[in-house]
Amino acid sequence: MLISMAFLVSLPILAVFGYLFVPATEVWGHLAETVLSDYLSNSFWLMLGVGFGVLLIGVPVAWLNSMCDYPGRRFFEWALLLPLAMPAYIIAYTYTGMLDFSGPVQTLLRELTGWGYGDYFFPEIRSLPGAIVMLSLVLFPYVYLLARAAFLEQSICVLEVSRTLGANAWQSFIKVALPLARPAIITGLSLALMETLADFGTVQYFGVSTFTTGIFRTWFGLGNSAAAAQLAAMLMSFVFILIMIERWSRRKARYHHTSSKYSAIPKYQLKGKWAVLAVISCAVPLILGFIIPVAQLLYWAITVGEQSFDQDFMVLIGHSLLLASLAAFFALGLALLLGYGKRVDSHPSVSIAARIAAMGYAVPGTVIAIGVLIPFAWLDTQLNSWLKNFTGESWGLMFSGTLFTLLFAYNVRFLSVSLQTVESGLGKIKPTLDNAGRSLGLNAFGVLRQLHLPLMKGTLLTALLLVFVDVLKELPATLILRPFNFNTLAVKAYELAADERLADAGLPSLMIVLVGIIPVILLSKTIGRSRVGQQGSLDKESA
Amino acid sequence: MFKSLITSILAFSFLAPAFAAEEVNVYSARKEKLIKPLLEEFTKESGIKVNLLTGKADALLKKLELEGENTPADVLITTDAGRLYRAKTAGVLQAIESETLIEQIPENLRDPENEWFGLTYRARPIFYVKGKVKPEELSSYEALTDEKWKGRICIRSSNNIYNQSLLASMIAASGEEQAGEWAKSFVKNFARPPKGGDRDQIKAAASGQCDIAIANSYYYAAMLNGKDEAQKAAANKLAIFWPNQAEGDRGAHVNVSGGAVTKHAKHKENAIKLLEYMTTKASQTWYAEKNGEYPVTAETKPSELIQGWGGFKADSLNLSALGENNAEALKLMDKAGWK
Repeated sequence: MLISMAFLVSLPILAVFGYLFVPATEVWGHLAETVLSDYLSNSFWLMLGVGFGVLLIGVPVAWLNSMCDYPGRRFFEWALLLPLAMPAYIIAYTYTGMLDFSGPVQTLLRELTGWGYGDYFFPEIRSLPGAIVMLSLVLFPYVYLLARAAFLEQSICVLEVSRTLGANAWQSFIKVALPLARPAIITGLSLALMETLADFGTVQYFGVSTFTTGIFRTWFGLGNSAAAAQLAAMLMSFVFILIMIERWSRRKARYHHTSSKYSAIPKYQLKGKWAVLAVISCAVPLILGFIIPVAQLLYWAITVGEQSFDQDFMVLIGHSLLLASLAAFFALGLALLLGYGKRVDSHPSVSIAARIAAMGYAVPGTVIAIGVLIPFAWLDTQLNSWLKNFTGESWGLMFSGTLFTLLFAYNVRFLSVSLQTVESGLGKIKPTLDNAGRSLGLNAFGVLRQLHLPLMKGTLLTALLLVFVDVLKELPATLILRPFNFNTLAVKAYELAADERLADAGLPSLMIVLVGIIPVILLSKTIGRSRVGQQGSLDKESA
Repeated sequence: MFKSLITSILAFSFLAPAFAAEEVNVYSARKEKLIKPLLEEFTKESGIKVNLLTGKADALLKKLELEGENTPADVLITTDAGRLYRAKTAGVLQAIESETLIEQIPENLRDPENEWFGLTYRARPIFYVKGKVKPEELSSYEALTDEKWKGRICIRSSNNIYNQSLLASMIAASGEEQAGEWAKSFVKNFARPPKGGDRDQIKAAASGQCDIAIANSYYYAAMLNGKDEAQKAAANKLAIFWPNQAEGDRGAHVNVSGGAVTKHAKHKENAIKLLEYMTTKASQTWYAEKNGEYPVTAETKPSELIQGWGGFKADSLNLSALGENNAEALKLMDKAGWK
C-alpha cells in the first residue's frame, strides 16, 4: 500500500529518468562543446549564493525572534514570513523596473550628475548576483520559519545547562542551539535550494543560463526531448547526492528531546543599540523582500496599469483558493502517510520511494507536468479503448485535462515541502512514546491519531500552509494541466507579464500576495502557540 | 468537512470537457487578452461555444502529442510559424480545404500542404536612436556585423523564438556557414549580454545603453500607444528602419501568428469556421488596432500608427523554413556565444 502510493507519486519523475536510455549523443556533443559548462557553473554559483543568502538572513532573525525581546518583535515575528507570498519572478520584475539602466533610479542619477552610459558603476540587477539576491529575498522565510520553530521547541533545559557549564549566550547558541536545530535549518535550506534549482522565470528574465533554461532550450529549441530529459535527470541526481551527503553526515545522530521538562523561554530583553540593531536586521529583509516590491506593484496597478478589478478577478481568486486548499490537504495527507509509514515500517523500499517522490521540488514545473501527462495520457488511451469495446463510442479524456491531474501534479511537485516538514516534526518525538502507546493497546494508526497528531499540530499547519502558498504561486504545471476556461491569479499575472505588460501584471500579482498573506499570518500565530509550555491546548501534555 | 471536500474533488475531476454539438476547443499560445474578445464575437455570430486553454506553445504542442487521438483540442493557435511547423512534423495537424483561407492568405504565410495558416504577421525591423544614428548608415541585418556597430547593438536572448526564427531565415537565405559567421560577428557587436524582452531593448537604447535595438514591430506600437509615459517617451526617441530593402534583396524578416486544425479534431467543421472567422475584416482589424499587427488579408489595412511607418518589402520566404532551420539556428547561436 505504502510502496504503491510512493511509487505512484514518483511515477512522473521515473518517467523522466526513463529517457536516460534513449541515446542522444550528437546533441550532448554539441552541448558539451558550447553551453553545458555555462549551465553547470551558473547553477552551481546560484545555489551556493542563494544557500549563503538564506542562511545569512534566515538563521539570525529566527534566533532573534525566538530568544530575544525588542521593540516591534511581535510584528516582525509574522511579518518576516511575508516575502514567502511573493513569487520570485514577480520580485525580479519589480526590481528590474526600478534599478535597470533605463529605470527611474539610474535615470535620476544620470539627470543629477550628467553621466552617460559607462561613466559610472551601478550594480547590474539582471545578472547572476542579481538573481541570487532576488531568490534569497523571497526564499529566506523557509529557513526562518523552520529554524524558529526548532528554536522554540528546544527544551530550555539544555540551554540552561550549557549556561551553567560556563558558556555565554553566544557560545550556547553556536554549540548547543544551532546544532540541535540543524535538521530543521537544513530542511529549510534544502527547500530554498530546490526551489532555486527549479526556478525558470527569474533566471530566464535575467538572461542567466542555468540547467533549467538549458532544459527548455534543448527540449524545444533543439527539439530533443531525450537530451532535455537527461539534463533534468542530471539535475535530480545532483539533488539526490546532496540530500544523501547531508543524511550521511548526520549518520546516527538523533535530534528528539530527551527531557520532557519545558518551561517558557525567558526572552532576553535587548536594549539601546542592541535593540536598534535587532530592529534593523529584521526590517531590512522585510523591506527589501516585501515592502518595496509591493509598493512598486501597487504603483503600477494604480498609475499605468490598464487592468481593472472586476468580476473576473473574483473568479480568479476563487479558483486560486480552491486549488491551493485542495492541494494542501492532499499533500499533507500523503506526507503523513509516507512519513509515518517510514517510522512504523522501516522497509528500505518505502524510504527510497519517498525520497524519489520528494525530488519533485527541484524539478521545473513544466517537466513535472509533462511527466504527469505521460502516464495519465496512457491511462486515458487504455481506458478509452476498453470502454469503446463496450459502448462503441469514444469517451475522450477522463483524467488529463481535469483538476484531478493538476492536483496530482501539485502533489508530485510539493510533496517534498510537506514530507520534509512532517518528517522533521516526527523526528522530534521520542520513539519511546510510540512504544508506550503501543504497549497501552493502541495500534499504529491510534498512536498517530492520539499521540503524534496533537503533538505535531504546529508542524501540520506549517506543512499545510507552505503548500498552500506554494500552489498559489505555482505557474508552469497550472498552465499546462488546468482544464479549459479555467484561470488562476498566477496564470493571469504570467500572461500579462509575458506579453511585456508588466504594469498590467501588477494587479494580479498584488492579489497573489494578498491572498497569500492570510495563511502566512495564520501560520505564524500557530507556531507561536505551538511551543510546548506556552499557553494553548498542549499545556496538559507537558504539565 | 472531509466529506464535502471529497465530493467536490469528485465533482471537479469528472468535469471532463463535455462534447456538446456546437462547440470548438482551442489550445492557444496567444494570451487570453489577445484572443478571448475575438472568440466571444465568434460565439455571438455563429452560436458555436468556444472553450479556451491558453499556455506556452511548446507545452501545448507536447500536450497535443501525448493526448493523441483522445485530445479534446480542435484548434491550435501559436504566435510564430516555427511552432506550427513543429506541430506539423509531430503529426498532430491535418490538412484542411478552405477556399476562404487559401484565397485570402498570401502563399508564403501558410503551409504548402494547407496544414497551418498565418492569421496576422509581424515584422522584426531595426530600431535606431534618432540623432545618434543616421538611417543612411543602416542597410541590412547582414551589415550589422560591421566594426562600426561594436558595442552599440541591443537584442534579447537567443532563447527567444523570434531571434531563432530570424537566424533561421538567414540560413534559408545564405546557407548555414554564412549565417554562422554572421552570428559570430554580430554577437561581438552587442552592447551588453542579452537580457529582458523586446521592449527592454528599446528602453535600453532610448536611455543610452546602445544605439540600435532589434524588436518586433507590435511591441514598439504598444509602447507608443500605451498609458505609460516613460515607455512612450522611450519609444519616441527611436525610429524604425526596414532592413534588406535594396533592389534584389529579400526584405525585412517577418513572422506570423497562425492557426491549425488538429489531426484528431472532434469538431472539424467548427474549427475551420473559427479559422475563417479570424480572417474576416472585423478580426483582422481588431488585431491591427488592438495589438499593432499586420493583417494578412489584402482588404484590411494596418492601423493608422503603423501606416505612418511606411510600407516595406517583407521577406517572401515560405515560413515553413523557419521551423525547418530552427534547431540548426539554435546550434549556431550556441556556437557564437549568443546567450
